[in-house]
Amino acid sequence: MSSTVIATDELKPKAKAEEVNYLNVEHTISSWLLTGDHKRIALLYLVSTTFFFLLGGMAAGMIRYELTSPAGVVLESDTYNKVFTSHGIIMVFTFLVVAIPAVFGNFLLPLMIGARDLAFPRLNLGSWYMYMTGGTLILAGMLFGGVDTGWTFYTPYSSMYSNTQVSLVIVGIFIAGFSTITTGINFVVTIHKMRAPGMTWFRLPLFVWAMYATSLMMILATPVVAITLLLVVFERTFKLPIFSPELGGDPVLFQHLFWFYSHPAVYIMILPAFAVISELVANFSRKRIFGYHFVAFSSLAIAGLGFLVWGHHMFVSSQSMYESIVFSLISYLVAVPSAVKIFNWMATMYKGNVVMASPMIYAIAFLMIFTVGGLTGLVLGGAGTDIHLTATYFVVAHFHYVMVGGTMLAFLGGLHYWWPKMTGRLFNDRLAQINAVIVFIGFNLTFFPQFIVGWMGMPRRYHYYYFAPEFQAYHIMSTLGSTVLALGFIWPAFYLTMSLFNGKKAGPNPWGAHGLEWETSSPPPVTNFLETPIVMDEVYDFDPEAEHAENRRRIEAAEAAKSDERKGSMEDHQ
Amino acid sequence: MSFFNFPLAPPNASNIAQAYDPVFYALVGLSVFFTFVVCIGAIFFAIRYRAGSTADRSRPIYENLPIELTWTIIPLILGLIMFYFGAALFVKMKTPPKESEEMFVIGKQWMWHIQHANGVRENNTLHVPVGRPVKLTMISQDVLHAFYIPAFRVQMGVVPGRYTQLWFTATQPGEYHIFCNMYCGTQHSEMGGKVVAMNPTEYAEWLSNGGQSVAPMSMEQAGAKVYAKVHCDNCHGSQDTLHAPSLYGIYGKRRVFADGTSLIADEAYLRDSIVQPYNHLTAGYGQTMPVYQGQLTEEDLLNLVAYIKVLGTPLANVPTSIVNRHSAPTSVSKTNSATVMSANAIQAGVEDPDATPTRRIGAPAVGAVAAEGRNR
Repeated sequence: MSSTVIATDELKPKAKAEEVNYLNVEHTISSWLLTGDHKRIALLYLVSTTFFFLLGGMAAGMIRYELTSPAGVVLESDTYNKVFTSHGIIMVFTFLVVAIPAVFGNFLLPLMIGARDLAFPRLNLGSWYMYMTGGTLILAGMLFGGVDTGWTFYTPYSSMYSNTQVSLVIVGIFIAGFSTITTGINFVVTIHKMRAPGMTWFRLPLFVWAMYATSLMMILATPVVAITLLLVVFERTFKLPIFSPELGGDPVLFQHLFWFYSHPAVYIMILPAFAVISELVANFSRKRIFGYHFVAFSSLAIAGLGFLVWGHHMFVSSQSMYESIVFSLISYLVAVPSAVKIFNWMATMYKGNVVMASPMIYAIAFLMIFTVGGLTGLVLGGAGTDIHLTATYFVVAHFHYVMVGGTMLAFLGGLHYWWPKMTGRLFNDRLAQINAVIVFIGFNLTFFPQFIVGWMGMPRRYHYYYFAPEFQAYHIMSTLGSTVLALGFIWPAFYLTMSLFNGKKAGPNPWGAHGLEWETSSPPPVTNFLETPIVMDEVYDFDPEAEHAENRRRIEAAEAAKSDERKGSMEDHQ
Repeated sequence: MSFFNFPLAPPNASNIAQAYDPVFYALVGLSVFFTFVVCIGAIFFAIRYRAGSTADRSRPIYENLPIELTWTIIPLILGLIMFYFGAALFVKMKTPPKESEEMFVIGKQWMWHIQHANGVRENNTLHVPVGRPVKLTMISQDVLHAFYIPAFRVQMGVVPGRYTQLWFTATQPGEYHIFCNMYCGTQHSEMGGKVVAMNPTEYAEWLSNGGQSVAPMSMEQAGAKVYAKVHCDNCHGSQDTLHAPSLYGIYGKRRVFADGTSLIADEAYLRDSIVQPYNHLTAGYGQTMPVYQGQLTEEDLLNLVAYIKVLGTPLANVPTSIVNRHSAPTSVSKTNSATVMSANAIQAGVEDPDATPTRRIGAPAVGAVAAEGRNR
């Protein structure tokens, strides 16, 4: 492999090379829309997922506003149902599943393993076009009448009863699903075949491991939901008897097929978050991650077991009692690898040199919030305890603790961490730190009351609750929190954008982080590395003892200088 | 509705809820404990090992198999214990006792039909006896629904094309929410009602009365109740007294008034003499009777007049037990109307704190109406 290394003296002068990067190499619109560069495609994804997140967030705001009054505020029930359906579909299919893999995975995977690009650059661009086509069809469905089935499309309501744009939106999801599958294939091949010399499997950053586990799930699970949803369209259109008992079908079959995808999809959404958090915790504790092998293999364990727990969504669906008990047991098993990760991240901070920059604040907020999300998952995973709580706001709170508190916080943490690498500019970290705290407060204020109101019995997807006014106080708290949270989501858009114009130049490694992506310039050149890197050192190869000694030496020197100065000034006064 | 309305838990009103709550609170306790472990641990490490702090960094550890196994095996064991209690609770929820009372539920967009074994039917309201196991056999007529009673901690899907079951023993008399908890279309949130848990004797009476909280009454019976309620009998007895004339056999008689005029005592006269007694003051009496204008409903007046017409005849021998029972406060309604209200009407209902919640509590049983065709 060493023969592929380009000798340094063959390269163009360094100064010139740093000027030309993937952002400024070409400026035409077609150079963006027809690019094969994984970094440019990542930015296309960043803009488009942010757009969809904005739409989904607006729908969430309408839901929260509507629920401040027990009898609704402005919407008709039909409209309300379409709004919460839009919120779910947009957030799940066009944001959560896509965001971290397609933005950070795309951008970083080749950089982290020392490759020029992903294995199939054109397929990668094709993925983005499929995603945009799917997203456009979904939006078209929402504009031309909307969908009112909930994001879960439960039959026979979706296949026989709903008079809304179910088919159009399902086709959109179907196409967007292929974008996920191709991205997964691209990642798996890249990780297997394109690692730089010396980048052995156990020198891979944990981001790559988790991305690998995510990709496997994407490839194996997404086709199932694609087929299932297509069958719904066939039953709607051709009265093909599959799910509707009127035609001789089985409505619960749909739930099995749907959750066979959608439970793994939960891990498709959260494993990339684990990927980001592993990077943040290691690099801002400035210490090799504790139990690297356990963290790496826990991702694979989650990916494997994640396929065997779908029935815990169906304890009241009329599946057999024994089925439910087995699914409950496996659900408790899949909780263990997540717990292992949490403990390993905490142990990483032990005897590290923790730097509380904004990405680390997001990471610690993630640890706290995800723990609550995971533990409440245990309450829901128990077959008996789930009966009272299933489909209530307790579940809503639980999965928002995992999806928003988990995936979204990791997305924000990752965005702040890699922003200098992506754009070459530094942002105001003080603002970002304040914003992280605002997000943490707003998040908990929004979703914690939902645990209580759910435990009291408030069903999800309810427009009215005038018959149970005891729920109102919690809804008002939640809505207040959501305004704080919205502020925390919007503000970064401003200060990050400002950094593009007035931010300082970042330099290759502004955080002093460890990893191949930090060894190339910021923003990286088109080919990522001017020479193929050879990996000699271990992953996260920090030396906490030496760094600590250096820190102390510097602090003591500064203190000594200060006291000298003070002494000097006192002598002056005398 | 008070803004400062912060209940923290749903009522606990069934045997299932009694078994459920200890498991739930134990899990919550465990969750709170581990949340604190992680939160305090993370904050403690972040502060103690912040860059530049003086804490000891010598010999940092990166891999330690015993530690890894510890925090793999302890959560695993805790998980298995939780699994056991959850599963045991689930098995209890899924095995109704053999002697359960059977009731049947049909879900449809957007109401619940309930049928009791003796044929009594009700909509959106489920009457159950306290202390006896009740087994619901349920099916949907259209899409998926879920029958959910938070106060009982029971919930089960209601599926088209197959029967599902749910059981509980109510432990506390009272009224509790029923929710449809599986999204089922436009009025999903309004597909609900209440379960009324009654003492077994009341329930048996309710059931034998064909789903009425009281036996159907004739107008005369209802009138007797009003007569007793406003205490007409304090003055108007079986004989004329110093204060008031007797009303026995008054109907159809000519009455002579203090101003010398006279009238035949017909329905109009009787009503008028209740609401405005001094329009036609009977000769020989003073102005002692209260004016009932606006005090009694037209319904009460109709019934009262009907009763006065038969006073002194055998028809007036109304069983006192009915009167006594009926004087006990009851808010139990006959059936729930499934009338769909517009959002505006609901809004109006909610803004007025004293308004009766509109749809879920139906019109009170009207004795006069119920009596028709059912009078035994």
